[in-house]
Amino acid sequence: MCIAVPCQIVAIHDSTAIVEVGGVRKEAWLDLLTEAKVGDYVIVHAGYAIQKVDAENAEQTLRLLREMLEREGDNQ
Amino acid sequence: MKYLDEYRDPAMAHDLIERIKDLSASINRKTRFMEVCGSHTVAIYKAGIKSLFPNLDLISGPGCPVCVTSSRDIDQIIRLAELPGIIVATFGDMIRVPGTTSSLQDEISRGAKVSVVYSPLDALEIARENQAKKVVFLAVGFETTAPTIAATILQAEREGVRNFSILSYHKLIPPAMKALLAEDEVRIDGFLCPGHVSAIIGSTPYEFIPKEYHIPAVIAGFEPLDILQALFMLLMQIKENRPAVEIQYSRVVRPEGNPGAMKKLWQVFQPADATWRGLGVIPESGLVLRQEFAHYDASLQFDLSVEERADPPGCQCGQVLKGLQRPTDCPLFGRVCNPQQPIGPCMVSSEGSCAAAYKYGRS
Ligand code: SF4
Repeated sequence: MCIAVPCQIVAIHDSTAIVEVGGVRKEAWLDLLTEAKVGDYVIVHAGYAIQKVDAENAEQTLRLLREMLEREGDNQ
Repeated sequence: MKYLDEYRDPAMAHDLIERIKDLSASINRKTRFMEVCGSHTVAIYKAGIKSLFPNLDLISGPGCPVCVTSSRDIDQIIRLAELPGIIVATFGDMIRVPGTTSSLQDEISRGAKVSVVYSPLDALEIARENQAKKVVFLAVGFETTAPTIAATILQAEREGVRNFSILSYHKLIPPAMKALLAEDEVRIDGFLCPGHVSAIIGSTPYEFIPKEYHIPAVIAGFEPLDILQALFMLLMQIKENRPAVEIQYSRVVRPEGNPGAMKKLWQVFQPADATWRGLGVIPESGLVLRQEFAHYDASLQFDLSVEERADPPGCQCGQVLKGLQRPTDCPLFGRVCNPQQPIGPCMVSSEGSCAAAYKYGRS
């Protein structure tokens, strides 16, 4: 039921977005995420965009994780 | 693909696995974590994480919406499909779930009209195209799905579509977690909280878990590194004795969730008691349409009374959903019950624990 794969918005007409994932395009409704813009990555569930993927946060989480693992590696 | 490949990095996963092994070994007992999301169940099996850690017991909870739907509700759905002039619209997972005497699939072969849809909006479209029929959408799902159905009902209202209605079998996750924690026989040392339910409800509804039960809760994403990092965070909380709600999946989950979606949900629905397979009646754990939207409630339009009957004999779904048994503990697993001939819903749904255990072959 749930596609956990982030889709990128390539166009918006009224409250419908065209999203692309892995080269495939489909429609997603924006009623539950009215602030979404073209270029954003969103999670789509049952035809509706339900949340945006925060690009900065995504990079930061990975960086912190990498740092933690490296730090621990040095200690061993 | 962006936001996927970087969370599947094998070198980082390897390092994290080693850290988790060390950390869990330093805690002087076997730790039991429960995931309450069918997508997590599948992701954990698929990545082979289930059996990686000797000191960690990873158990699945009531996280598959189809699996927790009661036998009585399935029988009601079958009853609806038998009525003349009805088109039942549903997500695909419901089709093969066995009721007491039949499934939607059996009803299709007897002439029932059942359409599989990907979105509730597709069901609304079917209603627009079939004015002479009544289209009933089976609203099965958790907090992730409920706002999409609320938005569809608001759309139907705007357009004045009157031959569309729903059967609301929605379930809410935090009340089920509370009910599980209140049961004496269930032992849980921490929760892996569902990523996309939390994308809607945020992190505050889980606060009772550390406050009242003093165990950690971490909201996790669905890629291997997400799940491993979340396990690490849960163990750190135990090690440092500071139970809290933490968000690992912070690229998608904000503490406040999606307030716009929650507003639509509560505009259309109100909480009600609901019956869960295996868990029984849990107070305020379901959703019914508010009075203003009662004309979209199929349960008020059609006589769907069915006899109360027991769950399929021998099926351990109830115990599996509570984390008290593993799918492979069920005597019917794999032999009598398999994805081609499922006995219980946990073997039908792609998100069910039994289906995942069967497909990925690890206990
Ligand atoms: S293996 Fe089949 S019969 Fe056993 S608990 Fe799972 S769904 Fe029920």
